[in-house]
Amino acid sequence: MAEAKSGGDFISNLGKIYTYYTGGFFAFVVFLGILEQLGVPNKFIGYGFVFLTIAVYALIGVLSRTSEVGEYYVAGRKVPAFYNGMATGADWMSGASFVGMAGTLFLLGYDGLAFVLGWTGGYVLVAVLIAPFLRKFGAFTVPDFFAERYGGNTTRLIAVIVLISCSFTYVVAQIYATGLIASRFLDLDFTIAVYAGLLGILLCSMLGGMKAVTWTQVAQYIVLIVAYLLPIVILSAKKFGIPLPQLTYGQALQEITNLENSLAAKGMAPVIKDAAGAVSFAKPHIKPFTDYDPLNYFALILCLMVGTASLPHILMRYFTTPSVRDARSSVAWSLFFIFLLYFSAPAYAAFSKLEVYSLINKGTALADLPQWIYTYGKIGLVKVCGANAVDAQSVIAACGKIANQGGMLRLQDLSINTDVIVLSTPEIAGMPYVIAGLVAAGGLAAALSTADGLLLAIANALSHDVYYKMINPNAPTKTRLIASRVLLLFVAIFAAYVASTKPADILSMVAWAFSLAAAGIFPALVLGVWWKRANTPGAIIGMLAGFGVCVYYLVGTRYYAVSFYETWSWLSGSAPAAKAKFVELQTAWSSAAAGAAKDAAWVALDKQAQAVANWFGVKNISAALFGMPVGFLGVIVGSLLTRAPSQEIQDMVDATRRPSGDLIMRDKDAALPSH
Amino acid sequence: MSRDAARHWQRTSGLMWTMLGLWLFFGFVIHFFVNSLNSIVIAGFPLGFYMAAQGSLLAFVVMLFVFAKKQDNIDREEGVAEED
Repeated sequence: MAEAKSGGDFISNLGKIYTYYTGGFFAFVVFLGILEQLGVPNKFIGYGFVFLTIAVYALIGVLSRTSEVGEYYVAGRKVPAFYNGMATGADWMSGASFVGMAGTLFLLGYDGLAFVLGWTGGYVLVAVLIAPFLRKFGAFTVPDFFAERYGGNTTRLIAVIVLISCSFTYVVAQIYATGLIASRFLDLDFTIAVYAGLLGILLCSMLGGMKAVTWTQVAQYIVLIVAYLLPIVILSAKKFGIPLPQLTYGQALQEITNLENSLAAKGMAPVIKDAAGAVSFAKPHIKPFTDYDPLNYFALILCLMVGTASLPHILMRYFTTPSVRDARSSVAWSLFFIFLLYFSAPAYAAFSKLEVYSLINKGTALADLPQWIYTYGKIGLVKVCGANAVDAQSVIAACGKIANQGGMLRLQDLSINTDVIVLSTPEIAGMPYVIAGLVAAGGLAAALSTADGLLLAIANALSHDVYYKMINPNAPTKTRLIASRVLLLFVAIFAAYVASTKPADILSMVAWAFSLAAAGIFPALVLGVWWKRANTPGAIIGMLAGFGVCVYYLVGTRYYAVSFYETWSWLSGSAPAAKAKFVELQTAWSSAAAGAAKDAAWVALDKQAQAVANWFGVKNISAALFGMPVGFLGVIVGSLLTRAPSQEIQDMVDATRRPSGDLIMRDKDAALPSH
Repeated sequence: MSRDAARHWQRTSGLMWTMLGLWLFFGFVIHFFVNSLNSIVIAGFPLGFYMAAQGSLLAFVVMLFVFAKKQDNIDREEGVAEED
């Protein structure tokens, strides 16, 4: 693509290009469907989906290569609001959102909706408080804003540290997800699949930076949303005669409630007894606060919302719009495209739950379980009676060990991993394999697009903020771009290496990203725009204190639970019985003989400590509930105790608030329209 | 800061607080009443469940399109909008 002349052409033809692309994708799905009917083995259908879609993304990435700083960092600031919305949708929805969200709703019922609410409501904060102002600022990265507004590189460095700590675990999880999906559908070795995914990610981002990532993310959004919606649209049309699953699952909810009562009456599901001895279903789908108490439910919503509004890889997408006005409407489009997936996820959960409960309710002997249970049992995602459901014999053997099991499948025997719900829906509903392949391609698109955005955020922070702004401010354009690409490569390979070791801890830390960003970035960012009096010492104190409290709570309650609880037992909100058990285990541990017995006692003690180590009962995932107020307080108190920022800075804040006029920051190497 | 700029920021802040109020309502307040709302059932959906699964989400989307429009009007009326 010849830069100077095609730049404008390409933008004005976007509608046409992506319409052809979408049409081509549908034709491709139909083509593979026909091949399947002609008897081409499933394996080749799977290969077709995975390789062809990755090849298309890579092609877009290569065509969008650039040697301009402004294009590399902010896509030349000419991405229309609508397309930037799609790109943000793909950037935002991770492999886990695509594959795991519906499963989480399946397991948690109403309480899982905290994720749906948190991950959409956050965009209100982005649009109203942050995005338009960052766009006017003209920064290349989020730390850039901190450095300019608060003067000096201290705040820049803190922002870089927060950015990397919340983005790195996240990107590892995305690369892990690509490896998992590719290995599952292509029968590749997991490690090879991880590096194959890495290659796809690098081809999309390395040559063209933000510009290339933008146009591949739009393409990836189209694939992921088609792949997510098609199976449930078909399912809804089949079951209820209307292809609008988001409307018809109300009926499914009613049926689920009836089945829950029926299962409880038959003793085929976990039940609870009330004071009068009446038996009822233990965790009804629509009943609130069965897994989270109200405090944790609302705390989680708040942390996810504020975290969303502080994640650098999302905020930097709004640097790319042509104007401040477009930045605002772009956030609205982003939320619309994200909404399409999130408001469908509860329908997925309801349809699957209906299927599973009906299966149990009609009475299914252990010998007659449907095939999908074994398909996912073999890879350890479905357990029956506590053992992987590999085949009928193993299921019968495992259930034989349970007293009064009865030989029929019961709900309490079944345990389903959250990833199974979306992946298995086509198969459970008896759709052709091509739909399952499509879902895999969608999951892959979701994971790859998020990985692209995150890698770019990390590499840009290292190359622009650390290398160019702090180490070598005189670097010529060419050197800057080489540094960006080398750092991107280095970060990507390191993340892929970490992912290939299947690090359980890192994967469980992904949810921490939201709290870390909410506590470390949000207060100083918002006050930087909305409170002129905020100054450098305040920002430094607020960021360090908020981030520090958050890290302390996350790490303390997870890895040093025993000493955390010993220090803070008076603040713990856990039940007295749980606390008494901790004391009991503590005594057992101190009196245990050295050696194996002592180690075992410690493991038991640490496990109990993790259950009681908290402040006011707040779960670890919502650490920002403490970190964020501390951050705000830090900025405010720190600022008020020191001198007000200079007139120059205050004028700059005024200019930030006004859409018209030049960008606040101008990069010497970037030839960009200023508006 | 000139008087016009002050008025622009005053109106912008006013819109911000309105949006945050709505955000607070749809993000949190309405879900405090989930149990009472669940006694109302529409097309199979208990209303409390529906609000968390769809209703509030829909409200957020509509809010943001309205916000973009309203803020743009403020910018234009106060003479600080970008050129089209």
